[in-house]
Amino acid sequence: MLAGEQGPAAALSMRIITELGRIRGAERLVEVDSVHIDGCIFYGQAGLDFAQKLVELGGQVRVPTTVNVGSVDLIHPHLILQNTDYEKWVAQGGRDLMQAYVDLGCRQTWTCAPYQMDSRPGVGRHIAWAESNAIVFANSVLGARTDRYGDFIDIAAAITGRAPCGGLHLDAERYGDVILDCTGLSPETLAQDVTYPVLGYLAGAIAGTTNPVFVGLPADVSEDSLKAVGAAAASSGGVALFHVVGRTPEAPTLEAALGTNVDVPVHHITAQRLNAARQELSTAREDKLDAVSLGTPHASVDEIQEAYDAVIGGPPLAEGVAFYISTGRSVFAEAERRGLVAPLQDWGVTFVLDTCTYVTSILRPGTRTVMTNSGKWAHYAPGNMGVDVVLATLQECAESATTGRVTWNRDLFT
Amino acid sequence: MTTITGWRVTSGTTEGPVLKLSEPVSFWGGIGPDGRIIDVHHPQHGAEVTGRILVMRSGRGSSSGTYVLAELLRLGIAPAGIVLTEPDGIIATGALVAAELYDVHMPIVTVSEQDYALIEDGIAVAIAMDGDDAILTLD
Repeated sequence: MLAGEQGPAAALSMRIITELGRIRGAERLVEVDSVHIDGCIFYGQAGLDFAQKLVELGGQVRVPTTVNVGSVDLIHPHLILQNTDYEKWVAQGGRDLMQAYVDLGCRQTWTCAPYQMDSRPGVGRHIAWAESNAIVFANSVLGARTDRYGDFIDIAAAITGRAPCGGLHLDAERYGDVILDCTGLSPETLAQDVTYPVLGYLAGAIAGTTNPVFVGLPADVSEDSLKAVGAAAASSGGVALFHVVGRTPEAPTLEAALGTNVDVPVHHITAQRLNAARQELSTAREDKLDAVSLGTPHASVDEIQEAYDAVIGGPPLAEGVAFYISTGRSVFAEAERRGLVAPLQDWGVTFVLDTCTYVTSILRPGTRTVMTNSGKWAHYAPGNMGVDVVLATLQECAESATTGRVTWNRDLFT
Repeated sequence: MTTITGWRVTSGTTEGPVLKLSEPVSFWGGIGPDGRIIDVHHPQHGAEVTGRILVMRSGRGSSSGTYVLAELLRLGIAPAGIVLTEPDGIIATGALVAAELYDVHMPIVTVSEQDYALIEDGIAVAIAMDGDDAILTLD
């Protein structure tokens, strides 16, 4: 491939993969089953130049390749604000960039939750996924193996079908490094949805880029809750793999999760710590609610069902409050088949597809206070968009949306 | 004049004054489109990286930093070179991609902890490559 026998795009991509392998000290390359691309969000001309150069050189992906959200909702383009020159530049560049990745042979998934789609990698399979929440979910919940890949490397891996065999592709890098003991939390706390993004937020702060191991979580904790843990842990820290003893595939026991690691530090997670962490993430100081944002990472069908159960049949959406649910095309289609979409839209929900409310201009100008059930959204939105947030339960989000006032229990955890 | 031998992360030849950071900066969200440090929590907030030999212990932050570095190189406002104590895939990828796209070659090198201490803020440093060795000449 390096010599150009498979075309100039493969040669260029292989130069980057082999150089990165050399830099990271990988002894060889590994063939990957699938790639998830994060380079399709528009941040500037260089990213567009790279994708378009690969297209010009005749590049095509060699393995099944999904794409993360882009900067534009291709199905509802009117949702993207284009009031300023900057917003127009991003909208056009974002559209061109998404087209380039389609031309390279990527499936038009446009979701940060590729693990919610039909074909998922199995335990022990090597993949090259980019985007921190997808990486941590694949490693932790699916038991597949991906290192932390990012922009440019992702498409180079897709075009070559290979990645450097280092980092989290290797057994020794996958063992637990720090124990988070949750056995002191009450059953009521462990049954709350918002417990899991807060746990993830704490895990990231404690573990940094190492692998945390949770002990004391229910054996039937849902995939959606694990998704929330991972997304938050990858935002507040750089967690790319966590274990939940008795739940995730590489952690049937604590011993299995720790492998060859010894003298692993233990942190006791208390209700007080959870309450403090949630209060720290919740920056809002005003009572007036402007918007609710659900679906970061993209909502699953179950989560859309839960939102349906929370609002349909109850009071109407308060005037002046926007209510967003971000999700992927395939989940949206399934939610439509189940009859969830039309009633939610009639109630006032705006579905956002292909993108997310915190990576592009969707929130109305003047939006100040937003409630979300996502630790990731709560972590990034104040810096990205200058809004204040409250990290809340779905129930709190739904009730506040009907009154227009921010209402939440600051000492929820016991 | 002192000479240090480091390790080549990316190829290139350069020289310039050192900007030594007391803690690493993330390119994504940390360096603005004017080539200055925009992370308000960084102790050297406001410092200009353009044309400097950027010296910091390690990389930091989001993998989208590749994009930002490639964009700085495209615009000609990137650092002249980067010196680290451990290789960083995010920073390296930004430089590799810019070399492919724009034929600009910013050297990135790693040096030992002892040699890192020798590189003081503000001094002039020249960087050249000899195979996988990086030769740093300190003024």
